[in-house]
Amino acid sequence: MTTSPDVDVIVVGGGPAGACAALVAARAGLSVVLLERGPFPGSKNMYGGVVYPRILDQLIPEWWLEAPVQRWVTRRSTMLLTDTQALTVDFRSDAWGAPPYNGATAYRPDWDHWLAGHAEAAGAQLITDTTVVGLIRNPSGAVVGVRTDRPDGDLRARVVIACDGVNSFLAKEAGLYEHTDAAHYTLGVKETLALPKETIDERFGVRDRHGVDIEILGGTKGVNGGGFLYTNLDTLAVGVVLKLPKLAAQQHRPEAIIANLKQHPAIAPLVQGGELKEYSAHLIPEAGLKMMPKMTTDGMLVAGDAAALCLAAGIWLEGVNFAMASGMYAGEAAVEAAKANDTTATGLAGYQRRLSDTFVLKDHRKLHRAPELVLSDRVQHLYPSMVANVAERMFRIDNPNPKPGLRRIFDQERKRAGVRRRDLLRDGWTGFRSFG
Amino acid sequence: MTEKVISFQERMDTAEFRVHHQAHIVVDGTVCTDCSTRECVVACPANLFIPTSDGGLVFNYEQCFECGTCYMVCNREGAISWTYPEGGHGVVYRRT
Repeated sequence: MTTSPDVDVIVVGGGPAGACAALVAARAGLSVVLLERGPFPGSKNMYGGVVYPRILDQLIPEWWLEAPVQRWVTRRSTMLLTDTQALTVDFRSDAWGAPPYNGATAYRPDWDHWLAGHAEAAGAQLITDTTVVGLIRNPSGAVVGVRTDRPDGDLRARVVIACDGVNSFLAKEAGLYEHTDAAHYTLGVKETLALPKETIDERFGVRDRHGVDIEILGGTKGVNGGGFLYTNLDTLAVGVVLKLPKLAAQQHRPEAIIANLKQHPAIAPLVQGGELKEYSAHLIPEAGLKMMPKMTTDGMLVAGDAAALCLAAGIWLEGVNFAMASGMYAGEAAVEAAKANDTTATGLAGYQRRLSDTFVLKDHRKLHRAPELVLSDRVQHLYPSMVANVAERMFRIDNPNPKPGLRRIFDQERKRAGVRRRDLLRDGWTGFRSFG
Repeated sequence: MTEKVISFQERMDTAEFRVHHQAHIVVDGTVCTDCSTRECVVACPANLFIPTSDGGLVFNYEQCFECGTCYMVCNREGAISWTYPEGGHGVVYRRT
């Protein structure tokens, strides 16, 4: 027996991927249900704090006039920490503080709620407080709907777009992940700290709605990962991302690792006096191409974190833009398939093609070696102190001794850090090939 | 200036949780009894897994961030069963 679909498209998850998928499909005239398990879209979601919304130009022209932005990032720092040293590369651009902007800090409950509002305005039906508990499949295995935790909660559609986040039980149930490995995930933990706007402006050297993005290597108590510090309007977001197996195999708890970062001499003066407004945590799919599932099966597409579309490439840490873009492309592919009356994997193939032809997979292909390199033991544990010590000796005036040559300092510090020249060259080459 | 030290409970109380009467995490204590590594205890950001003096493990689901760390790091098949809480329940991050 076949049961006819209730709607054209069911989108599971009201995050940035789900909102964009629903928006695109609804605008094209399909009937769309957007399911959200929280009381409102964004209620379950947290991230470090920066979104790069350029892709929204295609969906919401001049989105910056209405988006719930905290601050526009006009200053980007990459900071390398040892216990007592800090080396920072700091870039600022005033251009990023004016339209069309580049990056922004924003709270996810605000951002996701706003974006889902656009999906609703386009005609998608948002149903909150509803958890999807499984897929409905026809005898040949094609996905034809979802089961929810509501009474009589089965809902059928021609296409299901799974945007159900990093734990994606739907992608797993559909067999799209061959296996999952804890080593492919990091835990992000964050403190939102309240401080007066003027204090933040002074401490970070910014004005008006301009803000700062600081990415940190080191300061994580020896757990592979990194730290971050972002400015919101009148709060700071400070936190760490921690590679799961490394976190689980040592003794420091996540909140203790944040506390350690906050006490670092380079960080403490920036966060001092900030009162904890909210503590939060979320998993991040960090391994890029290596962990990505199959994106398409009969009747179903996977987008956003559910498809592991997070870019964790050291100097580039992005996720929401990949979610919004993949959601958008999934929506387009669903529209195409519905119109052609073929929602099999073949009919939905436009999704994979769009991902492959755009930054979504191009960035991941280009940077496919980067996530592993960035989280590797040498980059995490040996290079920071080596580089910081080189800098310290370069700038230390050791009179009456004359200045030593840079090459000599570098070689001595390399040896002192226990870095083999061969490994350094190899990592340098990997980095060059990834980033170059 | 010294920073105000807050307790872990105060830390957790900064986030909102709409607790459902039914637990979304189920731990099979018999599997945990002979686990010496206890990855969940150190890794759970909400500190929901507490070892007991008799070698057991007590857990709590009420103030859970629903991150999934516990079941990901657990090395024992079948020890932790984890699903999302009932719709509308669980963690609710703050909107401005």
